[in-house]
Amino acid sequence: MTFMPKFTRRSFLIGSAAVGGGLALGVRFPFGPAVVRAADGSPEITAWVVIRPDDTVVIRIARSEMGQGTLTGLAQLVAEELECDWSKVTTEYPTPGQSVARKRPWGDFGTGGSRGIRESHEYVRKGGAAAREMLIQAAADQWKVPASECSASNSVITHKPSGRTTTYGKVAEAAAKLEPPADVKLKDPKEWKVIGKPLKRLDTPDKVTGKQVYGFDVRLPGMLNAAIKDCPVFGGKVKSFDAAKVMGMKGVRKVVPVGDSGVAVVAETWWQAKTALDALPIVWDEGANAQVSSATIAEFLKAGLDANEAFVGNQNGDVKVALAGAAKKVEAVYAYPFQNHATMEPMNATALYTPDKCEVWVPTQNGETAFATAQRTADLPASKCEVHKFNLGGGFGRRAAVQDYVAQAVLIAKQMPGTPVKLLWSREEDMLHGFYHPIMQCKLVGGFDANNNLTGLHMRLSGQSILAGIRPEALQNGRDPVTFQGIAQTGEHSFGYTIPNLLVDHAMRNTHVPPGFWRGVNINHNCVFIECFMDELAHAAGQDPLEFRRKLMAEHPRNLGVMNAVAERIGWSKPPPRGVYRGLAQMKAFNSFVAAATEISVDGNKIKIHRIVAATDPGYVVNPAQVERQISGSFVYGLSALFYQECTVKGGRMEQENFNTYNSMRIAQMPKVEPIIMPTGGPIWGGVGEPTICVAAPAVLNAYFQATGKRIRSVPLKNHGIEMA
Amino acid sequence: MITLSINGKSHEVDVDPNTPLLWVIREQVGLTGTKYGCGIAQCGACTVHVDGAAVRSCVMPVSAVAGQKITTIEGLASGGKLHKVQQAWIDHDVPQCGYCQSGMIMAVAALLREKPQPTDADINSAITNICRCGTFQQVREAIHMTAKA
Repeated sequence: MTFMPKFTRRSFLIGSAAVGGGLALGVRFPFGPAVVRAADGSPEITAWVVIRPDDTVVIRIARSEMGQGTLTGLAQLVAEELECDWSKVTTEYPTPGQSVARKRPWGDFGTGGSRGIRESHEYVRKGGAAAREMLIQAAADQWKVPASECSASNSVITHKPSGRTTTYGKVAEAAAKLEPPADVKLKDPKEWKVIGKPLKRLDTPDKVTGKQVYGFDVRLPGMLNAAIKDCPVFGGKVKSFDAAKVMGMKGVRKVVPVGDSGVAVVAETWWQAKTALDALPIVWDEGANAQVSSATIAEFLKAGLDANEAFVGNQNGDVKVALAGAAKKVEAVYAYPFQNHATMEPMNATALYTPDKCEVWVPTQNGETAFATAQRTADLPASKCEVHKFNLGGGFGRRAAVQDYVAQAVLIAKQMPGTPVKLLWSREEDMLHGFYHPIMQCKLVGGFDANNNLTGLHMRLSGQSILAGIRPEALQNGRDPVTFQGIAQTGEHSFGYTIPNLLVDHAMRNTHVPPGFWRGVNINHNCVFIECFMDELAHAAGQDPLEFRRKLMAEHPRNLGVMNAVAERIGWSKPPPRGVYRGLAQMKAFNSFVAAATEISVDGNKIKIHRIVAATDPGYVVNPAQVERQISGSFVYGLSALFYQECTVKGGRMEQENFNTYNSMRIAQMPKVEPIIMPTGGPIWGGVGEPTICVAAPAVLNAYFQATGKRIRSVPLKNHGIEMA
Repeated sequence: MITLSINGKSHEVDVDPNTPLLWVIREQVGLTGTKYGCGIAQCGACTVHVDGAAVRSCVMPVSAVAGQKITTIEGLASGGKLHKVQQAWIDHDVPQCGYCQSGMIMAVAALLREKPQPTDADINSAITNICRCGTFQQVREAIHMTAKA
């Protein structure tokens, strides 16, 4: 039983000159561009909008949908300006190959850093607005009236003086032949009717019936399945493997090396491939990294806490002088572990290679990176490569900057030309070969004057740089600016406090364990470090944690705004119920401002979280229902990381191989999350998918101190014998 | 040959009897709505019904369920009408990435069969599926919505 994913037929775009035949489109119109058509022949109005004769509106989505709702949000942005009937909207993904061939009309495909909407909202709205103007112009031309006398609403164009109407589907052909307007005026946010509405997601129905095709579900005619093992010690290699031992097993077709570090078994079914792989004798050359353990890494990082050399991320005043002259000093060391993304859909990619063409079917956060990876690995020109994207079964940063599984799939397919091969990682392979949340330690020293005013703060990070690991070309004179997310001097991750003498610096300590972007990533540990230490400072000064922070936030009104909002909602000014304790945290991340307040109780070694109030100010909100879901979902990801998740290194490899040792919270532990969505506008749009995750852990840790008087300074809590009730 | 009854249809499959039911459903029968997440019955993405009970198919040898009535997510709707849990999931916009939701919906449908009006405690003990996107708040709300309907 096989089927071709429908979009391999559907979203094949062709210029009109190439169509010919029955469509009679070889003719060029004297003043207009050639019509570009979707695979079903429907005309493209702009790169973002295809209108079918039955009035169906196809909105093109360049970014990836991995659960965060971006697909629906982006469609809302286009639809707002297009003035189309929302009930007739459907979406499709242009392919990276089409993007290359057409000189990137859809811009960036990358879906990470909570950028999907905030960095494309303007050009996708313009794509919708231009299409609307062209459709109106086409109707006006047919009626021989000025376009200024016509208006559009709900996919219907009306000539106001005469009352005549037509629909988008009827004028689409003519509109597609018009020159797009040079510039279009976008609506004032006050006029929005579709943006800002809690519309239902467009991708839900297929997700409740099993019809949604994930990369994991791809089936192609003649396809075989591959299971893989890469050397479990990072940086190690394959010394030898004995294919003859498994070649007789049922369904097995081939055993192939994958680069110099992996081996794959290709069989008729994946279960056969995995069974044979488990039986395959492999000898690894583990190399020197086999000597590395969590203990040796911790020592290596610890030395960085007092090292003389460090990259400066944020600085004002003279922290050395301030601390030397302080009436009182507070010092603490925090630590945050390696963590795996553990997307529910394990890594996978399907590849079909011939000397003339390389095609890849893959769940990816960045189709262009998948394309570049396929092209490089296949060693073919761009015109001979293509990538087909699928909705992802989770991304969280794992399927973005590095797409190792795409390279592996192509390397396997190259050894079986003409046969499509689907590579699927086992959960164990997924846990052993992540690009992990970077490991980091932090030493913080704060100094007070005689009146308990905070006069100086030194925050020394010691640990991995993501950019050094995966994009060294992006380092700035060796410095990794991404390390300072949430505590940076300026930009989308600027620090939310003003302290007279401040130094934030990073002693870069890279390990053999590959680091990567993660949901939130550096904000997660930076927020634990700074927000828990703010509580320590408040306690040392004998002040309320909220009041102590407020005094440092006068120049950060939006940080203050979200913090005040959660404090008010949770009732900070009144005592909590008996046996219940509260904690706070706030940060600016991805140009959004987020804060959380928690109420917890502690019974022996168990923490029960009763309530979480979480505020976010992303500037603008496209779909408040989806923002709510990103907020409550962020606590599942963030609290799982806080309570359970650590990847420990022994013998150079990760010790945790599945959810039994790398746990994730369940519904029983899910506290009630009360979201406060409070967009305040302005010129900059913030992200939503990641920011809130950073406040989850510190808001709980600070409440735990209130409950017990104990400071927990390392994650996860299971290492302290603490459980989540 | 093993005879399986899946979604009311009989399937003859020629597989090693130890093959987990999950992989037979996906690879021999060709129904891909049931997902693999862990292979050790931890995450519940592979949940199907066997004689009406929720079962984690990734650890269930196919030979153990021969002749029993197996229902997958594709067979949950009946008579062209979505199951009430599927409808509630649409009405309440529950799924995010959706990958775990086939298993989540099957687990909830089995719970509601046993307990049409589940308490929060019932939900907490019966629904132990992992969702990494974090849909739990919406899952709980949708279950209560379904129970009230």
